[in-house]
Amino acid sequence: MSKETKSREDEKQRVSRRGFLKGAGLTAASAAILDAGLLGAKEAEAAAAAEPEVVGPGRVGLSLRINNQLRRVEVEPRTTLAEALRFELGLTGTKVVCDRGSCSACTVWLDGTPVCSCMTLAVDVGTRAVTTIEGLASGGEKLHPVQEAFIEYDATQCGFCTPGMIMSCAALLKRKPNPTLEDVQTATSGNLCRCGTYPKVFEATLAAARGRDAKKGD
Amino acid sequence: MSTQVQAKRRKKRRAGKATTASSKTAKASANAGPASAPTGDAPVPKAATEQARAAKAAKGNEAKPTRKEMMPSGIFGAIMTEVERNIPLDEPPPLPVNAKLSVIGKRTPRIDGHLKVTGAARYTSDVRLPGMLYARLITSPHPHARIRLIDTTQAERHPSVRAVHVLDRVLGNAELRDKSKELPGKYPIVRFAGQPVAAIAATSQVEADEAARLVRVDYEVLPFVVNLEEARKPDAPLVFPGPADQAATAGGGGGPAGVPQKGNVRGPVKGGPQGRARGDVQKGFDEADVVSEGEFRTQVQTHSALETHGVVADWRSDELVVYSSTQGTSSVRDELAEIFKLPKSKVRVVTEFMGGGFGAKFGAGNYGVLAAHLSKKAKAPVRLMLDRKDEHLSVGNRPDSVQRLKIGAKRDGTLTAIHLQVYGTAGTGTGAGTGGPAQNMYACPNILTEESDVFTHSGPAAAFRAPGHPQGCFALEQLIDELAERLQLDPLALRDKIDESPARREERRIGAERVNWANRHAPGADRGAIKRGLGVAQSVWYRLINLDSSCEVRVTRDGSIELLSGVQDIGGGIRTALAQVVAEEFGLRPSAITIRIGDTSFPGGPASGGSMTTGSITPVARNAAYNVKKQMLEQIAPQFNATAEQLEMRDGAIFMRGATGGHASESRASTRKLLSFKQAAARLKTEQIAARSSRSDDYGGFAFKNEAAAFGFGIGIYGGVQFAEVAVDTETGVIKVERVVAVHDCGRPVNPLAVESQINGGVIQGISYALYENRLLDRNTGLMVNPNLEQYKIVGSRETPRIEAVLIEEYVGRNSTDAGGIGEPATIPTVAAIANAFYNATGVRLYEMPMTPARVLAALGRAAKMKGGLS
Repeated sequence: MSKETKSREDEKQRVSRRGFLKGAGLTAASAAILDAGLLGAKEAEAAAAAEPEVVGPGRVGLSLRINNQLRRVEVEPRTTLAEALRFELGLTGTKVVCDRGSCSACTVWLDGTPVCSCMTLAVDVGTRAVTTIEGLASGGEKLHPVQEAFIEYDATQCGFCTPGMIMSCAALLKRKPNPTLEDVQTATSGNLCRCGTYPKVFEATLAAARGRDAKKGD
Repeated sequence: MSTQVQAKRRKKRRAGKATTASSKTAKASANAGPASAPTGDAPVPKAATEQARAAKAAKGNEAKPTRKEMMPSGIFGAIMTEVERNIPLDEPPPLPVNAKLSVIGKRTPRIDGHLKVTGAARYTSDVRLPGMLYARLITSPHPHARIRLIDTTQAERHPSVRAVHVLDRVLGNAELRDKSKELPGKYPIVRFAGQPVAAIAATSQVEADEAARLVRVDYEVLPFVVNLEEARKPDAPLVFPGPADQAATAGGGGGPAGVPQKGNVRGPVKGGPQGRARGDVQKGFDEADVVSEGEFRTQVQTHSALETHGVVADWRSDELVVYSSTQGTSSVRDELAEIFKLPKSKVRVVTEFMGGGFGAKFGAGNYGVLAAHLSKKAKAPVRLMLDRKDEHLSVGNRPDSVQRLKIGAKRDGTLTAIHLQVYGTAGTGTGAGTGGPAQNMYACPNILTEESDVFTHSGPAAAFRAPGHPQGCFALEQLIDELAERLQLDPLALRDKIDESPARREERRIGAERVNWANRHAPGADRGAIKRGLGVAQSVWYRLINLDSSCEVRVTRDGSIELLSGVQDIGGGIRTALAQVVAEEFGLRPSAITIRIGDTSFPGGPASGGSMTTGSITPVARNAAYNVKKQMLEQIAPQFNATAEQLEMRDGAIFMRGATGGHASESRASTRKLLSFKQAAARLKTEQIAARSSRSDDYGGFAFKNEAAAFGFGIGIYGGVQFAEVAVDTETGVIKVERVVAVHDCGRPVNPLAVESQINGGVIQGISYALYENRLLDRNTGLMVNPNLEQYKIVGSRETPRIEAVLIEEYVGRNSTDAGGIGEPATIPTVAAIANAFYNATGVRLYEMPMTPARVLAALGRAAKMKGGLS
């Protein structure tokens, strides 16, 4: 078993569902859950009988798979993935703008799917692979075609929305290699840009798709 | 929406408050605001005054010996001529038009693009220093209150808290002229909900947020007023118990001082072209054959930059270092030095990248002052970034307006009088005037604008991308269209008659062709529920120059070149423009130039506001590059038994010039390559050579110059004409902007690629302002009900129309690059173009923004009723 898979296994045990319920069992919220009969009494008992591991409110050790690297962090359960990335891991390419899921500046991928990292708790990430703007360019120096096109077509002004915008556009090309303008507009409809760079974002993304196609054709 | 949103189970943040007042720079320079002094000289026939001005200009550059040279002048592709200028001897020969250059004027991808697309660009909010603490503002939840007591003991006991500081002076609000009019108190009076009171620093952000709730503030709540009309009433609660003034900021905004005030109403300030009322409007209306008038209303818009205002302040034993999200590094340094009584040399402000400002980010700000205090107390760096709510409430906005505009004209279209009366609220600030367009757009012998500020208990306004101008155009350009209709003139034909700007004339011609204006249908001609329309509107903005603009260019023996300046790149791409200008001079590629900017330890750069960055700093960059190049050639020339004048640099090498002189590009055939640039650099006598340059006066002088503020209004104006195509769903009231053709001028465009981006951005912000954005204050509580980014609606990707940015090159021969700005002109006419397109679609005029479905339906309903009543 590789080191990485092993610690992932460890991780699974650390924040298993049971473990979480167990920890949460001490709070008023879960008492309410019990009262409401949402959780079978038996299940709760079984949970209580398991090893007494409490998650939070203090810091919890996590291993996150970020940009193909296993990173250890210690965060409180309330810490969002965005906060963990920016404050704990120094991955400040991911931006926080609204901190409530209305602007998509903090977009990262979880197992390839774009999510708002300000709306995702770090403890909820589990074993899913996190890809941030820093890890989008596979193989070091070579940029992702969307990144290259963003430079060429000037799809940035102040640049603060750019990382989130690129993560949304690159995800679109992954699931739809030949998008229409409307597809790009829809893919970025959650991404706010205050400088108003949308037209160039569309242009760049469509060009990146075309470029990729052309390369395949070679 | 592709982004999957996961449930947010995080502990809820303090929902209540937050704030910081926008800052005013101690050394206020530009007052680009509407109620400002002289603006451009558009309506003045140019030839008549040119000579007098040139004489004045020569006086300005008096200390410098000059030579006479001819410079390109006019609009490329339309009307080109040459103009003679007195050029200081230490400045380079005039550049030919862009077509003859190899780097300037070419579409150039940003040199910092790689950093931005990889997330490596470091913004203020990304700065992490060892031992850095996180701060949180404590702000007032009441719009008007006197603070009896602030108890911080409990907060200080919190194990993670390292420092607490209570604010003793609030920046950004207007201040009473006579302080004795108000009862003295230990703490500043609260005049708006969200006003900062104190700040707290702790070891993490969540702990700072937590501990902020432990600060006890005892408020004596006072009566308030947040509504413009109510605040005008004689018995309204007073925001200030006497006359008050707000200092102008480096980005414009703010109003003039010493204006009469009655109750909450400050003004009117009477103005006209060049700052003074012109002629006699009453006489003008008497002479008119047709008079059009209307009342136009616009709403408050917040800047909502994606990166909020904020700093990381590091109070060290030897100096104060502040990383700031600012549009003016030196304005932050100057204000902090003054407040903390430090020599300017001991305050260093750094802005590597910043996430948008739009006029609101000048000066230290309350957050900056608080962070510096906290850092001093805690002996550790302190990060204080506002949250989204603070950002909406306390660091600036575009004032609202109620404008009564009246225009008189002769039957042939000649204007006889323009009279504007406007009330607007800049909250606890000033500068709600909208007179700029009425004063400066069209030729008219009688012009009077009367601008009044109405104080309300809401956050102070700040300069916002062309202060007063989009609002002013919303009224002016609609009324000009109405006048055209009544005179049975085409709106473009009327403008051709009354508009003296050659740039706009050409822009109208180009745009009309693109949108097929000739085939425009009559108002309300479409039969179905969806009605389409085409409208036009124009921009007016001024050639503002910050003369306090300097830079240094260095060449090192290994052939590397650096430019250093305090100027900051706020997204317009000045980094790349500077690299282009320097590269052009050395005959290299822009990527070969290292641009180090955004740091006050470099030669001082201009603040970025009022579309003045490019016009202020690029000539300086060229002059410095030219002077280093000269030094270099003087060192190399003797090695080839030549003089420096015989050598030239291009294509990465040094050439021996042939018999013919002139610019490099014109004499290529007759030159001989001597050695590469790198080889030449290796032969330098010292490891590094450098030249420093500062902005000289414009060659043709200034229309107006403020010596104290090192600030000038260049001669002439920027134009800009936009055409909008809209589709109005008359059943739902939804307006969809389908296409905008935006034809603009910005002097000599340095990087058309980036200029295009700014034009797109100006149009998109204009659409957003016209249709969606609205700061809503609850008149019963005085609180903002939509301080977020989902209920404060900003245009998104799906509402973005097809935008065609067209750029004309206008040469005026004012300085060594002749480059200008585009930020403001690009957003000024959009709202009016949409409103005029709406009229063309429906035959109904909208007098109020934002043009929401409810307002559209109401207006259509009223019109239908009237029609029904009449028939």
